[in-house]
Amino acid sequence: MAFAVFGPASGSPAGSTESAPRRRGTIALVLLLPGLAYLALFFLTPLISLLLTSLQAPVEFGDIGQYQTAFRVENYAKVIEDYWPHFLRAFGYAVAATVLALLIGYPLAYFIGVRLRRAPFLQALALTLVIAPFFISFLLRTLAWKQLMADDTPVVQFLKAVAILPPDGHLTGTAFSVIFGLTYNFIPFMTLPIYTTLERLDLRYLEAGSDLYASPATTFLRVTLPLSLPGIVSGTLLTFIPAAGDYINASSSFLGSASTTMIGNVIESNFIDLLNYPAAAALSVLLMGVILIVVGVYVRRSGTEDLV
Amino acid sequence: MPQVSFAEGGADLELAGITKRFPGFTAIQDLDLTIPAGSFFALLGPSGCGKTTTLRLVAGLEQPTAGRIVIGGQDVTAVKPHRRPVNTVFQSYALFPHMTVLENVAFGLRRRGMSDPSGKAHEALRLVELDHLASRRPAQLSGGQQQRVALARAVVNRPALLLLDEPLGALDLKLRRQMQLELKSIQTEVGITFLHVTHDQEEAMTMADTIAVMNRGDIEQLGAPEELYELPRTAFVANFLGQSNLFGGPVTASTGTTITVDVAGTKVVVPKDRAQRHTGEVTIGVRPEKLTLHTEAPKAAAGVNVLGPGRVTDVSFSGVSTQYQLVVPGAGLVGVFAQNLAFGPVVNVGAEVWVSWNADHGFGLLDEPEPAPRFAADDDTASIAVRARHELLDELEQEV
Repeated sequence: MAFAVFGPASGSPAGSTESAPRRRGTIALVLLLPGLAYLALFFLTPLISLLLTSLQAPVEFGDIGQYQTAFRVENYAKVIEDYWPHFLRAFGYAVAATVLALLIGYPLAYFIGVRLRRAPFLQALALTLVIAPFFISFLLRTLAWKQLMADDTPVVQFLKAVAILPPDGHLTGTAFSVIFGLTYNFIPFMTLPIYTTLERLDLRYLEAGSDLYASPATTFLRVTLPLSLPGIVSGTLLTFIPAAGDYINASSSFLGSASTTMIGNVIESNFIDLLNYPAAAALSVLLMGVILIVVGVYVRRSGTEDLV
Repeated sequence: MPQVSFAEGGADLELAGITKRFPGFTAIQDLDLTIPAGSFFALLGPSGCGKTTTLRLVAGLEQPTAGRIVIGGQDVTAVKPHRRPVNTVFQSYALFPHMTVLENVAFGLRRRGMSDPSGKAHEALRLVELDHLASRRPAQLSGGQQQRVALARAVVNRPALLLLDEPLGALDLKLRRQMQLELKSIQTEVGITFLHVTHDQEEAMTMADTIAVMNRGDIEQLGAPEELYELPRTAFVANFLGQSNLFGGPVTASTGTTITVDVAGTKVVVPKDRAQRHTGEVTIGVRPEKLTLHTEAPKAAAGVNVLGPGRVTDVSFSGVSTQYQLVVPGAGLVGVFAQNLAFGPVVNVGAEVWVSWNADHGFGLLDEPEPAPRFAADDDTASIAVRARHELLDELEQEV
């Protein structure tokens, strides 16, 4: 539509029918060129490089970290064999964190987007509070949680005193603390998209629901929830995808330990510590592929195809 | 599930001493209203008169500050909206956008656990002649079609009481007329009580059996459309429902059946049973179409009131009739609707005329007469221009 401005608007319709679309096509291409160049340079090239690396073979009698171009598909079989538990753990943690973030984020978004609608100042304030954690680096925040959940803190002592935690128990380095950290870090990503859909929700639909014999709970399930589905889908995607590949929360210098290693940590250690570049690349490709499939199925099932 | 059977028929609605206060203002003040079962009742009033609030109170979407709401003998004041035997056709339709037309219509039936919700929904859609669009989404329908879906969605539940909140407001004139007739025939067909809220007096008069004219949170007058039109009790009703010529003056004589009012020196007779007050300063009125124009002073006759002479200030021809505007010294502006029995307007602007009307057609109002004509006769464009020029000159003088 916008390109029509550049077309030969004043030309005779009969004469310009052939040249107009071609010229428009050229202009569209020129306008798209910077974006395409950017994608080619910073997305396609690394992706191809990653694929090539994942198929590399070690140089015979070479140093550690020396690889040559090859077509070693066994790399994939090897990493799956070695690291499938970490894959499962990563997806398990990510699903748990996504569900928890949804359970916390949805009521929060509902409260801000629907209940606070009549108080614009409070609404803006609440939104700022949701975003406020972003003002501090998430590394620092995660470290702060590590401090809070360390073994000799009042929190842990209290939990031990009321026998929720066994006397020799820990909070840090457990699946609990990793999922907790993931949930905490991604709550804003869950809350904001849901807030945007709920903020636009026409409350007259809810009145219509109650007028048509639906109890508040039924109205929520049949009207509010389906109408906020686009927000839920984008919120869960924004939480699940980065959470599945996260390597900060599960790292033992933060909230995790050796028993909570996720696939992100494995990729990191293969790349930085073990200098096993093909393994790291193969894992990255696999992670990307699995996330694409999971997300594709999820979006298809939730009936919001227009998001993809 | 609250109920699993349809209401037997319409139920009557009783509002007793309803008051609704919002922070800062009172929307409804001590309202009493009874609507008999099976009637088509219209609440008519200007925007802000409390009519929509009344409807929302009946639907349960608002809680009254004081008073009781009784539907079919059952006090529902404290009953949640989803448990009331009431359905609403919302002004905005409020059709669920994520459901098909059929799902929308079947929504209420499913919530109540009715048997065969789809079949009943299809039947309701056939009633509004939209069954062929059952699988569409509301956004794919025109405004008029959405309105009919909203109607079907409410009617399909056979509520004891159907509430209509200006449902025809968004439609164009032709569709509006058509829907008015359809609504009326559906009401007759299904026999449920309709409570219709509107600011359109013509709509209220064509559709309703009974009209209640609301003003400032209270009911000014209630009655059949003809009754309200022919015998308004207050100046508000006289002017909101159609147009009226109102005159003020003292009662100078009174017989067993009539009173005589002195309007700027002219004796005007009004039947006693058509006047609200019989002594002192009164306001009387007559509808413009009841007036007859004369170019010569008509002979005085018993039972005929004559006012004049006056001067014609405006003539507007509207095909079926011609509307004349005259100024009668002392009596103010007088409007006359004359049928175009002759060819075009009978008199022109500036002509000296008299008006007469059958004394039986006048009415006396409850209001105190206005001390002076409420609005000065400022519809004369020449005078407006002159006044504007004077104001401008004054302003210029002040600046110098």
